[in-house]
Amino acid sequence: MEKFETLNALVCPLDRSNVDTDAIIPKQYLKSVKRTGFGPNLFDDWRYLDPGEPGMDHGRRKINPDFVLNQSRYEGAQILLARKNFGCGSSREHAVWALTNYGFRVVIAPSFADIFFNNSFKNGLLPLILDEAIVDQLFREAEATPGYTLTVDLHAQTVVTPSGESFPFQVDPFRRHCLLNGLDDIGLTLQHGEDIRAYEARRRTEAPWLF
Amino acid sequence: MTAKTLYDKLWDAHVVRTEEDGTALLYIDRHLVHEVTSPQAFEGLRLTARKLWRSHSVVAVPDHNVPTRDRDQGIADPVSRTQVETLQQNVRHFGLTFFPMGDIRQGIVHVIGPEQGATLPGMTVVCGDSHTSTHGAFGALSMGIGTSEVEHVLATQCLLQKKMKSMLICVDGQVGPGVTAKDIVLAIIGEIGTAGGTGYAIEFGGDAIRALSMEGRMTVCNMAIEAGARAGMVAVDDTTIDYVKGRPFAPKGAYWHQAVEAWRELRSDPDARFDRVVHIDAARIEPQVTWGTSPEMVLPVSGKVPNPDEVTDEVKANGMRRALEYMGLTAGTPITDVTVDKIFIGSCTNARLEDIRAAAEVVKGRRVAGNVKLAMVVPGSGLVKQQAEAEGLDRIFLDAGFEWREPGCSMCLAMNADRLEPGERCASTSNRNFESRQGLGGRTHLVSPAMAAAAAVTGRFADVRELN
Ligand code: SF4
Repeated sequence: MEKFETLNALVCPLDRSNVDTDAIIPKQYLKSVKRTGFGPNLFDDWRYLDPGEPGMDHGRRKINPDFVLNQSRYEGAQILLARKNFGCGSSREHAVWALTNYGFRVVIAPSFADIFFNNSFKNGLLPLILDEAIVDQLFREAEATPGYTLTVDLHAQTVVTPSGESFPFQVDPFRRHCLLNGLDDIGLTLQHGEDIRAYEARRRTEAPWLF
Repeated sequence: MTAKTLYDKLWDAHVVRTEEDGTALLYIDRHLVHEVTSPQAFEGLRLTARKLWRSHSVVAVPDHNVPTRDRDQGIADPVSRTQVETLQQNVRHFGLTFFPMGDIRQGIVHVIGPEQGATLPGMTVVCGDSHTSTHGAFGALSMGIGTSEVEHVLATQCLLQKKMKSMLICVDGQVGPGVTAKDIVLAIIGEIGTAGGTGYAIEFGGDAIRALSMEGRMTVCNMAIEAGARAGMVAVDDTTIDYVKGRPFAPKGAYWHQAVEAWRELRSDPDARFDRVVHIDAARIEPQVTWGTSPEMVLPVSGKVPNPDEVTDEVKANGMRRALEYMGLTAGTPITDVTVDKIFIGSCTNARLEDIRAAAEVVKGRRVAGNVKLAMVVPGSGLVKQQAEAEGLDRIFLDAGFEWREPGCSMCLAMNADRLEPGERCASTSNRNFESRQGLGGRTHLVSPAMAAAAAVTGRFADVRELN
């Protein structure tokens, strides 16, 4: 997994609440058996005016000029600013892959859906929760200021605005540790193989019908 | 000893170890696998030369991509076909239990798990699918997981997780005639909102839940995720045990008696504490119809499409305006004035035998209305289909002008050929009414099977209680 330490990057504001995973990556793209190549289809139904199918040349499709991601001032954005309950809906990790394939490293929102939140950490995408009032302020500033960037520092656990205003954020120590070091969960868990086997041995006597 | 919730009991029984910050390694008893969220996980295992920890715990089935007719011709869409074939190869390579297309046991993963007895009380159950919450109906701790977690469980039999908060939703009293499990859960989501359960494991209780069949309880737990909760659950009682008894994967002989004794403990202690308790009066629940693009945008069938101008929260009002526009609806319209183009009876929420019987009862002796372009029933599994046919239910639907299909997810998410065209309006028994969920530009209204049948025969949303 790619490490995450600090990032200073352009912010793209997506002013909708309850953005669901069907919107982040529509189902026709879930037929892929890979983890890559989802970037062109991030927010496909909103980003393009014509219906999309896998295998198309997405560079030649009709762009929706009103959609925020298509506006030139947000080109190269790596921080997505969103409203509450971001990533609700299905468990598809393809939603996270689409965001990271596109180039996003951070999503800031007042709240996230649980499974999406969890999936993000496994892919080096930092889902960052800030108070609704602060998110509101960031929306106002990002929309009013072309080239608006934020600095996200995972060591210090702060988000810093261009004017130097700093907002602290919370993150689970274990997840933070994994992100900072780019650690692979499976490798870590397998170090506890003895514990897992001991659990199984105990469980086999308590609930033998499960084995 | 301190009083425990059902969730506490399930959690405690599965913790392998706990990190300092509370992150636990949770042991997983049953891993259900389907074709869409597993290929990258199996590939990950192969790339790192890791083995499966306990291949015996896995049951695999293709459901999302499979065609619901002309199965003898295989899967026409080459990309869908590749995905299903990839699952087949992985199953063979890793030696897993598998119900392929054409096997009578094939069907939607959340229908076949319980049907086979692969889901048992007291288990931890995971699947790379958010509606895994369904299995909690058995007094199990069941959760949807992402693909990285699928790989993690395959390799380690464990999940890294922090304990969630606990919520009890108590549905007091009894529902009236014509009101079903689907209406109960839609009313709950209308009450607490689509993010109301985020961060919680929800236990559904109260007399109205106790009175439900296992099918009904599965419908309720299925949609826990639409309230934001990764896990939903119902305590074990005779209804649970009677359902499980004799199923192919259920314990037999002495193990059965031992298991039943243990399962009887799977309920919250009387004085257990929950982080949040919500009471809902069952008698006040009417048949429900969603009007918008989120399951919380729901109305009783006697209701009118709401007006965003009457909502003070600007972000919410804007969301409602967007939903009204997408759905092609005007504020103030009685929902029973809204006509429909297509009917979909199916999905892991409502494609079990009881659901199909309920719809058939309404359809019997009637015909699909002239303005309805397509009405289809997609049974949840081959066995559901077989049983429904044995009861003559397929004839009732076919005689009325419905199509009767092969089992799978179908138009619940339209990954196969079944889908809505732009602007088409559908009465659907599935669980998500998101934009374009059932096809680009399609408009989904979530309802119970009986209400979908009522919409089919009247051509609009109708109160099923007034049909007779
Ligand atoms: S029926 Fe629908 S919600 Fe259920 S598993 Fe299939 S696609 Fe998902």
